[in-house]
Parts: sequence; structure tokens; C-alpha cells
Amino acid sequence: MSGGVRHYPGFAAIAALCLAILYLPLGVVAVYSFNASTSITAWGGFSWRWYIDVFQGPEAPRFRAAAWNSVTIAFLAASVATAIAVAAAVAMVRSGRFRGKSATFALISLPLMVPEIVTAVATLIFFSTIGLTPGYLTILIAHITFCIPFAYLPVAARLSGIDPAFEAAARDLYASRGQAFRLILLPLLAPGIVSGWLLAFIISLDDFIITNFVKGAGMETLPTAIFGSVKQGIKPNIMAISTMLLAVSILFVTLSWLAGRTGRRAAAPS
Amino acid sequence: MAAAGPAPGAARGPAVPGDRPLTLPLLLPAWAVIGVFLVVPVGLMVVYSFLTQGFRGGVIWEFSLAAYDRFFLDRGLFGDEPPRLEWTYIAVFWRSLWQAGLATLTCLIVGFPTAWFIATRPARSRTAWAFLITVPYWVNLLIRTVSLRFLIRDQGPVNQALIALGLTDAPIQMLNTDFAVQLGLFYSYLPFMVLPIYAAVERYDFALSEAAADLGASRWVALREVVIPSVRPGIVAGCLLVFIPSLGAFLAPDLLGGAKTYMIGSLIEDQFKGSLGNWPFGAAVSVILLSMVLVALLFYARNQAREGRA
Repeated sequence: MSGGVRHYPGFAAIAALCLAILYLPLGVVAVYSFNASTSITAWGGFSWRWYIDVFQGPEAPRFRAAAWNSVTIAFLAASVATAIAVAAAVAMVRSGRFRGKSATFALISLPLMVPEIVTAVATLIFFSTIGLTPGYLTILIAHITFCIPFAYLPVAARLSGIDPAFEAAARDLYASRGQAFRLILLPLLAPGIVSGWLLAFIISLDDFIITNFVKGAGMETLPTAIFGSVKQGIKPNIMAISTMLLAVSILFVTLSWLAGRTGRRAAAPS
Repeated sequence: MAAAGPAPGAARGPAVPGDRPLTLPLLLPAWAVIGVFLVVPVGLMVVYSFLTQGFRGGVIWEFSLAAYDRFFLDRGLFGDEPPRLEWTYIAVFWRSLWQAGLATLTCLIVGFPTAWFIATRPARSRTAWAFLITVPYWVNLLIRTVSLRFLIRDQGPVNQALIALGLTDAPIQMLNTDFAVQLGLFYSYLPFMVLPIYAAVERYDFALSEAAADLGASRWVALREVVIPSVRPGIVAGCLLVFIPSLGAFLAPDLLGGAKTYMIGSLIEDQFKGSLGNWPFGAAVSVILLSMVLVALLFYARNQAREGRA
């Protein structure tokens, strides 16, 4: 009978509708990216031609340059942001109460609270004032900044589930601080670090608004290249690129989610 | 474990007595990066909103209230008439506010039943559902918006389906309307509504619903009188997480709406595009948007504090 109060008629249908709404547009784009026809309206049979076009067509050099920028920036931004986030998480979770703790947490979450367009404007103004020419470096710096909270949250969540007794035991057995961190804490923390890095990577890879403001002329990442093309109409090769980017995001989120689950029980306080 | 010697104390201090605390050096990189590259820029943005417009973008470092004057006051075509309230930009904000508000409401109407449904599944399928709702959030927002644009074009799959079903003879124009913007905002931020409510319902004690039922409340009365007050923090968090990004949204209005659905995000973007822009004005509009977000966050913080006391 306990199921009785949990059941509301119609809620299941709405949940199913919700999933359909979330996935249908993505599915349609993925299907049409395999359309053999040049027209984006009519279905002309299955084909890989637009994927071949992305890699070998007239626009291939532009896409390749944009992809290189996107992937290298995402890799560097995620790595630097994760290193900063791990250091911050160790201090926040392991230092108990200290003055400025909640202010620090607010600071770390700040990139999530300021609307993206405002961050974009502020960052552009900042780089313009200090005279840094918009380009690769300005995009990288902006991405490192907004990736920090995304890397921080999974790391901190993981760390608060690891019993401090593990490190204390290592210290009791004459491990140095560095050794206790490297040999004990780091392996236990690894799934959280992987999870945070992956999330930071896709957040950087996907960013459009901030990148669009600080990229400068002639510099493109995949999202800005896609945006530029879409303004002139949605071409099938853009759907192929979008589908590939979609696949990368879904793969990375899944990996991040799996990493977040592994060994959670092993490290938890008994 | 709690009773086993000094280990629990380790959480509140150095693992070994005499260790120098490393809190400061560990936090320094995060403080430095976010401080220098976000807090300082936002401060600078406020300063820029009080400067004079440069000739080809940029600013001249002279104090001026021109940006706020332009936002709020209409001094006629030649600037010599007595100032009246300027409605152009207030109207843009008003449109953004109701678009964001309506999107929040539709997200709530769809998101609450979804979150409830997920939270009442058995543990295994619950995780799977929550994962399925999360994935679209991590998918490129630009691509999601483009896919909607593709879907609702005049010749798009939705119109083709409607015509094939005989529901309409000619394509219904959906792109470049308020409806398209609504759909875009709803679609972009729906996961933000579902997840916090799901987390709240998961902690909800269903015995309360049973008690309500035993006392003769119908399930809808129980929902209104017992469930919703209990999961209110989740609902408030979800509404805020949808409302704030919707208010400053750029992609949905730009790619789905037309000139008629001009919102704050586009107004800001235009001020920094090419040499025709007006940086102090763009900065001023951003400052006004940020202040509105801060008000919403303060409202949230106060609300959370009240829930905490209750």
C-alpha cells in the first residue's frame, strides 16, 4: 500500500514526455547528419558523405583548425582548472573550520552564479584594459576560470567521502606529508579527479558565449565556427560536426559518471 | 570508527600535531585565478559603465553618466528636450523578465511531476533516470538550440509531420516567434528544474503523505498541503536555476527568435560587436542585469535561511 501515496496519475506520462523533449531534437539532427541528400528537408537514404565532407570537403581546413583550438584549449583548461580545484578541495574539506571558508566557497562557485553574458563582457573589458590581444591565450585564461567550479564539485564530493584516518595512519607510519598525499590520498581521490577533469573538459569544449567575446578576429573554436555557419542556414555538414560533438559530450559525461561511482564504497568511512 | 582513537580529530586539524597548516597556500591558486580573472573584471565592468564611449568601440577614461542616462532617459532626437522616461530598453528588460518567468513556470509544470516520478522509482532505475535527465545538460547548448531551429523551421520535420497528419495545410510559422524563444529556454534549462526537485523529493519522508491519506486527504490535497511545502527548497532552487540563465540568455533569442524577440543578451552583445558598439552602455546593461541576478540570489539565500530555522 506504500506505493499508493507515491503514485500520481499522469506523472509517468509527463516524465516520458520530458525525456522525449530532451532527446528528440538531438536524435533528429543525428539522423539527418546521415542524409545522402543535399537538401536538408528531404530524406535521400543513408550516407557518410557529410562526415567525409567535414574531413575532406572545402571547409575542412577551417573545421580542422577550429577543432584543434577547441581540443587543445579544453585539454589545457581542464588540466589547470582541475589542479587548482584539487588543491582548493583538499584545503576546504581537510582544514575543518577556518575564517573565510564560506567566502572561499562563494568565490569558487562565483563562475556558476554570474550570468555567462556578464562574465563574457567583464572578461573582454579586462583583457582590453590590460592590453592583452584577444586570441588563444585570452580564451584559455577565461576557460580555466569558469572550469574551476565544475572540476571542484566532484573532487570535493569525493574527498568528503574519504575517511581522514587513511592519511592519519600513513603519517603514523612515518610517511611524509607529500608521501601521504601521493601514495594514499591521491589514489583514493583519483575517480573524483577524473570525473571533475572530464566535466571541465566538456564545459570548455562546449562554451560559446564567453569564447565568442574574447576570441578576437580570425580565431575560431568549434562552437564559434558552427555558430558562424548556422547564421547562413543549417547545412548538412554542420549537422555531422554537431553529431560528433554530441557523441563526445555524451561519452565524456558517461565516463565521468562511471568514474564518480567506482570504488565509492571502498573509500567511505566504515 | 568514531570511537577508534584520534582519527576523527584529524578532520579538524593537521593529521600530525606540529604540521604547519597548508590551507592558505592550497587555496591561493583558486583565489588568485577567480579573483584576478573574474572579480576584478566584474569590478572593471562597473567602472566602464561610468566612462565615456570611445569612437570605434572601447572607452575614453572620462567619468560620464551617459550610459545610464541613455538607458533610463529620453531627451529627444537632439538631446535638448526635457528628459522623459525612455521605454526602449526597459521594454527589452520587461520582455526578458516575462520570457524568463514563463519559461520557469513551464519548466516547473513539466519538471515537478518528472522529478517526483523519478524519485519514486526503485533505486536502480532511479539512477538511470537521473542520469538520462543530466546528459542533455552537458550537451553543447549551441547544438541543442540549433537542433530546435532545424526542427521547427517552416520546412522542418515538425511542420512536415503536421502536414502529413492533415492537421494543417500550410506550414505553421514557429521560428522567429515568442513561442520559439519559449521553447528554446524551456528546452535549454529543463534539467536545471528537474534535478534539484528530484534531490528534494528523494529526501522527502513519504510517511507524511501516508499520514495525510490516513487523515482523509486526497492525493492532490496531500500534494498541495504536505508535499509541496516539504520540498519547497528544491522547487525554489530549480526555479532560480532556470530563471537566472534564461534572463541573460543569448542563444535561444538569437537563433530561434527574430528581431521582435530582442532580449537582454542580444542587447548586450550588440554593444560589443564591431566598431558600432557602445562599451559603456553594454557595461551598464550588464551591471543592471547582474544586479537583478544578485537580488534573486539574495531572495534565495534569505529563503534558505528561513527554511533552515523552520
